[in-house]
Amino acid sequence: MEVLLVSLLNGLVYGMLLFMLASGLTLIFSMMGVLNFAHASMYMLGAYFAFSVSRVIGFWPALVVAPVLCGGLGALIEMYALRRVHKNGHIAELLFTVGLAFIIEKSVQMAWGLLPVAYRVPAVLDRPLFHVYGSNFHAYRGFMLLVSAVMFGLIWLLLTRTRIGLVIQAALTHPDMVGALGHNVPRVFTIVFAGGSALAGLAGVIGGNYLVTEPSMAVTMGPIVFVVVVFGGLGSLAGCFIASLIMGLVQTFAVVLDVSFADLLAHLGLKVTSATPLAEFLTIPLPRVGALLPYLMLILVLLLKPRGLMGTRDT
Amino acid sequence: MVHWLKRITSTLLALAVTFSTGAVYAQGTIKVMYTDPLSGPFAQVGDQNLQQFKYIIDYINGRGGALGRKFELVSFDNKSQPSEALLALKAATDQNIPVIMQCSGSNIAAALIEGVDKHNERNPTNRIVYVNCGAVATELTNEKCSFWHFRMDAHVGMKAETMVRALPKDVTKVYLLNQDYLFGQSVQRDMKAFLTKLRPDVKVVGDELIPLGKVKDFSPYVTKIKASGAQALITGNWGPDMTLLIKAGMDSGLDIRYYTMYAHLGGGATAIGPAGNGKVRSVMAFHENIAVETGKTDTEGWTRQFRAQHDFDFYAAGFRTIFEFLQAAMNKAGSADPLKFAQALEGLTITDMLGYQVTMRKPDHQILSEYFVGVFTKGVKYDSEKTGLGWKTETTVLPKDLDQPNTCNMKRPTS
Amino acid sequence: MSEGLVRTGAPALAAGRAGGLLRRQWPWLATLAFALIVPWFSFDWTTGRHSGFIVSMLSQIGIMIIFALSYNMLMGQAGLLSFGHAVFLGLGGYTTAHVVNAAKSGTLPIPLELTPLVGGLGGLAFALALGYFATKQRATAFAMITLGIGELVTSCALMFQTFFGGEGGVSTNRMTGHSLFGLGYAPPIQVYYLIVGWTAISVALMLLLTRTPLGRMANACRDNFERAQFVGYDPRMVRFFQFALSGFFAGIAGALYTLTYEIVTYDTVAGALSANALLMTYIGGVGVFAGPVVGAVLIVLLQSWVSLLSNSWLVYAGVLFILMVTFAPGGLAGLVLMHQPIWRAGRLGRLAGPYLRLVVPALLVVVGFVLVIELCSFLTIGAAQGKSFTLSHVTIDPRTAGPWAAAAVLLAGGGVWLRYAIGGFGAAWARVTEEIKATGMRA
Repeated sequence: MEVLLVSLLNGLVYGMLLFMLASGLTLIFSMMGVLNFAHASMYMLGAYFAFSVSRVIGFWPALVVAPVLCGGLGALIEMYALRRVHKNGHIAELLFTVGLAFIIEKSVQMAWGLLPVAYRVPAVLDRPLFHVYGSNFHAYRGFMLLVSAVMFGLIWLLLTRTRIGLVIQAALTHPDMVGALGHNVPRVFTIVFAGGSALAGLAGVIGGNYLVTEPSMAVTMGPIVFVVVVFGGLGSLAGCFIASLIMGLVQTFAVVLDVSFADLLAHLGLKVTSATPLAEFLTIPLPRVGALLPYLMLILVLLLKPRGLMGTRDT
Repeated sequence: MVHWLKRITSTLLALAVTFSTGAVYAQGTIKVMYTDPLSGPFAQVGDQNLQQFKYIIDYINGRGGALGRKFELVSFDNKSQPSEALLALKAATDQNIPVIMQCSGSNIAAALIEGVDKHNERNPTNRIVYVNCGAVATELTNEKCSFWHFRMDAHVGMKAETMVRALPKDVTKVYLLNQDYLFGQSVQRDMKAFLTKLRPDVKVVGDELIPLGKVKDFSPYVTKIKASGAQALITGNWGPDMTLLIKAGMDSGLDIRYYTMYAHLGGGATAIGPAGNGKVRSVMAFHENIAVETGKTDTEGWTRQFRAQHDFDFYAAGFRTIFEFLQAAMNKAGSADPLKFAQALEGLTITDMLGYQVTMRKPDHQILSEYFVGVFTKGVKYDSEKTGLGWKTETTVLPKDLDQPNTCNMKRPTS
Repeated sequence: MSEGLVRTGAPALAAGRAGGLLRRQWPWLATLAFALIVPWFSFDWTTGRHSGFIVSMLSQIGIMIIFALSYNMLMGQAGLLSFGHAVFLGLGGYTTAHVVNAAKSGTLPIPLELTPLVGGLGGLAFALALGYFATKQRATAFAMITLGIGELVTSCALMFQTFFGGEGGVSTNRMTGHSLFGLGYAPPIQVYYLIVGWTAISVALMLLLTRTPLGRMANACRDNFERAQFVGYDPRMVRFFQFALSGFFAGIAGALYTLTYEIVTYDTVAGALSANALLMTYIGGVGVFAGPVVGAVLIVLLQSWVSLLSNSWLVYAGVLFILMVTFAPGGLAGLVLMHQPIWRAGRLGRLAGPYLRLVVPALLVVVGFVLVIELCSFLTIGAAQGKSFTLSHVTIDPRTAGPWAAAAVLLAGGGVWLRYAIGGFGAAWARVTEEIKATGMRA
């Protein structure tokens, strides 16, 4: 029971961090079909901007300033570069974002150096919030949960209750029709790209001091975010939310469940020794492969439902 | 037309490279090829090493270099790929460079050992020596050993033994957590072997392997560690796998000693921060307060000067030992010819900058040097990365105590 | 064309066909001839040996040509974007490593020249197994499944020791003593010629494959998979076979990798190599069969040669990609092929002048840009590393204003001039095309 509760809490926090990162990408990917490899670079930039800004005016203003900077950068990129590449197809856009990721990484290395920077959790949040069965639940993790929940709520309100939100939702599934109805679809695209980049930047502000802020953080976070987005399904923010939580919980619970295929076979009466073929594979305990389960789940879901869990469109 | 373009460009490039690498065997400097990641996400590895090498080579050249000639470092970015490291080897042998050095990545080191061996066997007039400055998998001087390979850092087995010797008497329950690949699996195996041998009273209450570089949230592991009642967490993790683990442990108030292998390297102190005071330990060849503790003021002054000019702390005492060995071996052999100075190098003993007698063991070309376990704490003279905390020696292990048995069966060339 | 109808008699016909073959395929044959002699340009006549660095780089180019062409079988010909293609190169490589080790120990005396076939079969087997699942879907779902497969295989390669040898990989010795031509394969130049041979064979086979019904159906499925079903073939099976065959050729590339480097490690299955395949194929040109060849040459030179000159090579690569995808989505080969109608009309010479007028401003812009990037890099990173910015024995100090001003002038001035020259070039191009159209209508 103790393990269950603690793991539930841990899985929730991790899932919400994934959601913060993946939500922006879902919007961009669903709307524009762009596999944005520079999304994790925006996450990195958000963390670095917050680091520099918080040294001058503090963490709380940085919480607002850094995402705005990332959003602005995203808007500029979309308006002056990505738009031109759009007509050349999806692969062209993908390669464009790859080139962008290289450039951002090198720029970060030149501007802030090659080592991790001392971007720390603000002192007021650097304490235990409450105790769960003897371990502390750190206040900053509660803060992360709060910010991501508020963010989800705001996006939900924006998409369902405002006019621009309804246009965005429509453009998520039927961009051509929306254009034919007279809406300024290019401007919508810019807003979405900027918004997605701002969300990634916010995730960086929150996550950068909790995790490590260094030039390789984009490369390490990249793949899992794509997995979450596609697993949740294109065109569905709710799908992204559910997918993030599922991934977070699965990875967390996999760590605490110490079972392997060999145990399963033992229940069926088959004993696995070191001479059994594939013994190395059968005796692997679940915690060892926990972080690989998202990829396995992705493959399984895509085989059955090519649009993802709750997807509403193909690209 | 593209084919013509290709033709012309290839010709020009081929000529350009020939001319740029063409200076055959200049009598001027003794070149040393160094290859490590210098670009891409892991560029800081090569970058910090380069800065320390420059400082050390200036010092050694100031003391006469070797054979009256100066050393010169030639760097080659291997982008963490074994194929690129082998390309570096080819570039080195093209220019008759006698030594190639590499510090990061046992997969690359394994490729280089094999590559150097085969090259030297097939090209006896154009040989090269491989100096391993940091790839620590135990197999490299055991099953995969080679006459042409000299390892200048303690291997995993030696580091594991140092850690076990540093465990205090009141610690009886330890938790092992390592990365799931050759290196991490070595650490796991060697730690268990040495615990059984030297501390049979200690019980291993948990033994985990995690996928390399993939885990972002360590709190479930921390839950398990706490539930096991372990008093010490022993890990060979490096990079984010190490810093995130320690951060997760400290955030949840885990009352445990952390024994690591890499917390003292670039970025570790910054990531752990002041919260790690008195908790985090690391196995290391050097930290800047050792000279203070042992009273070696000239060494202290030398590393202090490095600190003043760079934005990170000096940790690579082993690199200076490398060049002191090269200097001594080449002078003893009277030549920079790879076979001659390799024969002079094996079995050689010198005194390193901390005053210990360091030996290059002849049977397996593994260095026998002193090793320390330091604790991250307040109140030391030199702090790390401007955090206010620094390393203080908790345990010193002498070279003779690390003289472990080996299974090396190397073939020795005769001419 | 009327000449062809006049030929009579079988020998004359055959000779005509052979002569026609030579005439049509002269670019490939010329490239083959060039590949055979290029290592000798860097041969050191004083010591009597080849430049090991150049031969290694050329071998890498050969391997990557096969790899990129096999990737284009998926991307260009079948419209399948794959993020895990390196898996088959790596698995082919591991298979070959085990077989070569068996050959050396005597259990499986296969001649070394045939080992790439073994690698190809290994790649084929894994592609059949994994492709069965991956090809159930197409488009984005397919791409993400291949991403997942790539990550899983990479992690397996790190964790399991028996087949993959763990982090240290599987090492082999190519001097097995079994050879069809009695060669020892000690010098790398012999391996290079083996690679040239297998590259020629693979290129020929892949070219022929595009002309088979499978190749044509793959194109059809790429263009309109719904309509392709009405022809009678199941697009899923077409995808499956195309995937399996591309795995076969990737396996051949993997085998040649094993023979060149004599060690296979987990990075041969990793995502970085798959990304390389995508880059090479796209930059070279997806729509042209020879495109990936050009791309492979360029990317290998960029990674292995430019990176020697500068640590900022990734920035140059990034800028190159961005420029290519924005202005030349057909790749380099696509750019070249745009000139084909003009060449056929014999008016290519008319563009020589405008091209020359482009060269100088383009050079100024490139030099200015490189200067800025290098100055930034030296100022922030390079200085501490003890490097100084030297350009043919002239040391440039990034801390003075001079170089920065020069760079700014080059960039700005060159940029303005380039815009003007491009305008002129565009006008010349339009003029020539209009002329051709006019003459075409008259004829």
